[in-house]
Order: sequence, then C-alpha cells, then structure tokens
Amino acid sequence: MEYIIEAENLNVYFDELHILKGVSLKIPKNTVTALIGPSGCGKSTFIRTLNRMNDLISTFRMDGTVLLDGEDIYNPKVDVVDLRKRVGMVFQKPNPFPKSIFDNVAYGLRVHGINDKDILEHKVEEALKGAALWDEVENILDKSAMGLSGGQQQRLCIARTIAVEPEVILMDEPCSALDPISTTKIEDLIHKLKKDYTIIIVTHNMQQATRVSKYAAFFLHGEIVENGRTEQIFLEPCDQRTEDYITGRFG
Amino acid sequence: MGDCRLHRIIPPKIAQKIMDLIFWASGIITLLILLMVIGYVFYKGLPVINLEFLFTDPMDSGKAGGIFPMIVSSLYVTFIAVLVSAPIGVGAALYLAEYAGENRTVRLIRFGAETLSSIPSIIFGLFGLAFFVIYLRMGWSVLSGGLTLALMALPTILAASEVSIESINKSYAQGSLALGATKWQTVSKVVIPAALPGITTGIILGMARAIAEAAAILYTVGAALITPISLLDPARPLPLHLYILATEGISLDNAWGTAAVLVILILIITVTTNTLVDRYRKQMMGR
Repeated sequence: MEYIIEAENLNVYFDELHILKGVSLKIPKNTVTALIGPSGCGKSTFIRTLNRMNDLISTFRMDGTVLLDGEDIYNPKVDVVDLRKRVGMVFQKPNPFPKSIFDNVAYGLRVHGINDKDILEHKVEEALKGAALWDEVENILDKSAMGLSGGQQQRLCIARTIAVEPEVILMDEPCSALDPISTTKIEDLIHKLKKDYTIIIVTHNMQQATRVSKYAAFFLHGEIVENGRTEQIFLEPCDQRTEDYITGRFG
Repeated sequence: MGDCRLHRIIPPKIAQKIMDLIFWASGIITLLILLMVIGYVFYKGLPVINLEFLFTDPMDSGKAGGIFPMIVSSLYVTFIAVLVSAPIGVGAALYLAEYAGENRTVRLIRFGAETLSSIPSIIFGLFGLAFFVIYLRMGWSVLSGGLTLALMALPTILAASEVSIESINKSYAQGSLALGATKWQTVSKVVIPAALPGITTGIILGMARAIAEAAAILYTVGAALITPISLLDPARPLPLHLYILATEGISLDNAWGTAAVLVILILIITVTTNTLVDRYRKQMMGR
C-alpha cells in the first residue's frame, strides 16, 4: 500500500503538558482516514502537526518525525507556506472570510501568485463545483460569504481548500456545527473527494466514521490504542478500550 | 445589604418598573443635554453664518468679516495631524494585536499610550512649543500645530484600532494561514480589511479630537489672520479663533458663528464616515 503521510513516534507538549505520547500512524493515499476518540485525547493536536498549525502556539514543542511523500516536514529547509498549500485544512466551525464568495475561493490562488482573471474564474468555478456548491452560488458570487448558511459556508471552506489543489485535506470535526442535512451533503462530498485527495477527518460521530472512512485510528489519552480498517475497528476491535468506546461505555 | 432591604420593602416587579424609569430618564437626560448644547450653539451661531462669513477674510481682528482662513487652518492642521498619527497609530495597533506577544515592551507601549491619552492638552501645547516650535525651529506654524495635534490623536487611534483588530475572529487568520498565506498576507488581506470599520472609526475619533482642540495649538500654531499656504505659515484654526474672540471680547456674535461652523464641520465628517463605514460593513457581512 502507498502511504502519503507517515508519522513516527510523535511526542507533542504544550508547556509541561504531554499531549501526544509516541504516536505513530501511516495514512494511505487517496482514502479517508477517520480519527476517533474522546475529547482531549489529542486527535486535533495530531492533525495540526501535519500542516504545522501547532507552530503558531508559542508553548508547542515536539519530537519525532512526520513524513509527507517521504520528506520530513519538520526539516528546517521545509517552507511552511509550501507545506500548507499541500496539506489543506477545514476547521470545526465554518470560517469563511468576510469577503465575497468569489474572493473566498480565489484567496488561496491569489496568495500563491495567480492573478490572471480568466484562470481565477475558471479555478473558482472548478473548486465550487468540486465542493458541490456551484449550483447554489453561481449567481451570487459577488455577495458576501457571511450571508450563506452554515452548511454552505463549510462547503465554501472546502472549495477554498481544494482550489489550491492540496494533496491532503485535514478535516477537524467539519460537521459538528452543522444540521443533519448539511452533514449528509458534506459526507457525500467527502466520498466524491477521496478519488483525488487524501482525507483525514477527526470526528466524534461514530456513525460518521463508519460512513465516510476506510481506515480509522482510535486515540485515547494521547496514544493510538488501535488503528486499521474501519470495519475491523468497529466490528471486531482487538482492544477492550476500543470496544468500550465505540459501544458508548465512555467518552 | 441595602439591596436586600430594598427587596424586602419594594416588591420586585415595582422595583423593576422604578429602575426601568431611572434608566429611561438617564438616557433622555443625556440626549436633552446634547440637544441643548448643540441647539444653543446653532441658535446663537446660525444667524451669523452666511456665504460672506464662510468665504471672506476677517476684518478688524475678527470683529467683522468672515472666517475663511480659520476654516482652512482647521482643515490643514487636522489633515497633518491625521496624516502623521494614523499610520503610526494603526501600525502600533497591528504590532500590539498581531505581532507582539504579551511581554514587557508591549505592556510598556500600552501603558505609554494610556498615559498619553490622559495628559491635559495644554501640556501637549507646551511640549509642542518647546520641541517643534523652538527646538526643531519649525516656528509658529501649521506644521508645529499639526504635529502637536498628531501626538494627541495618536493614543485615541491606537486604542480604537487595537480593540478593533483584537476583536476580529481569530478563525479568519487561521483559515488564511492554513491556505499557505504568510503572516503579512494574512494581516493585509484578511485582518486589516475586516478591522477597517473599527480602524476608520478610531481615526475619526482622533480627527475629531484634533479638530476641536484649542489648548494644544495655543502655543504652536501662531494666531495669524491670513490663510496659511505653506506648512511653515502661521495659522489660526477655528477653536483658537473662537477662544480669542471670546476671551478678548472682540465679538461674541462671531464667536458663536465660529462655534457653529466648527460643530457643523465635525458633524459632516462623522456622519459621512459613519455612512461609508456602515455601507462597507454591510457589504462585507452580507446583510
């Protein structure tokens, strides 16, 4: 199997707090991997090490390695800006910019130096189609993104992310602020996107994990208890703690 | 304790009614005071205002004639004050809110700005006299006056801009950085545009402070009755003219006329900017 991300023996600390404890995980290419586990177990911290968003927190320290296509992303020679272009991120709460719908999707492209109007228009349309939002916003591209519904805003954030053509998309509980219908739309979208992208999704929703992912990893207290194919984790977990969690005995 | 006793004597619903009335009355009284002051200025000043008053030079030290040079002086010194204080104030606010962490330098800058805003304006005037007029040899001029006013407007602009930048949802910046934008791209393309309404309001507050100030320019701008052209010309902005007309007993009528013009000028500036800011905010937030 081809792996796009290989995290090896990751330890993450915020001040004296030891958040991730020797986490190793390989993420297969062009699939959806779900990270599950109770709140505070380190799932979000883990995905934030993959695009180096934790670097923004002054108390962050880590050791271990993260390879993207075989390259160490914490190598001092690596350009963080470049890395984040390759590893996109969708946040828990939809966070479109207070700009027009068009400008939101064009933002990443412009930041990376694309200013040609025709190319921008073409790529924005592609991205909005890719995020299954085009039909709804086709005629209001110049309107503020803040006027969209929560579900539309989240799909816009996905469009904004795929516009810069990343290899990996990190999703940090992307549906937790959305209603069930919007959630279904996002899940359908994830199925569509996995052909072209590797998706890592943090979720608290067990059903969602089984619906969207092929692989899953169960985090507990900063460690990975168990990982493997999603149906194996859910149907015949090897570890008692995994079984307890997915059957709702704690968490 | 007094509160408990009050509750025992007065039933809560009645207490609520009484408090509602007190708050309502406070609001109304504030409004009435404002209307009274502005109304009285207009009542005394508007009859004096006509085209001649607005567009001619004063005669006989201001006893007769108009206030055209004073209007120009006011706009001139205020423009210089804003031109200098706005970039520094907004820049410092960006530094405090986005770049600096929480350390001694930052606390010192903030403390400095707070102190600066509570210094009486006459002291700014005295400093302007010593530093700009005498030490830097700018003389009594538009430049000295404008720079002195810039010092006064600076803390106002800094404080309002910092609050506005701090209040911008942190998730915008996260979204931008996660797309591979640099810090500066994030600040210039996302944070500043989102904070622009608040920053503009801050600049207008600073501007209003500068245009209405008499004490700070008393020793720095001179008191010439001619229209200033060069930066080094002396001038006489409206508040200073008003002060001289009234204290030296030259013409109380023209003092009221000058006051009314000043109030109208400030109203025009604030109403126009508020309208523009509102329109921008609506467009940005899609409402």
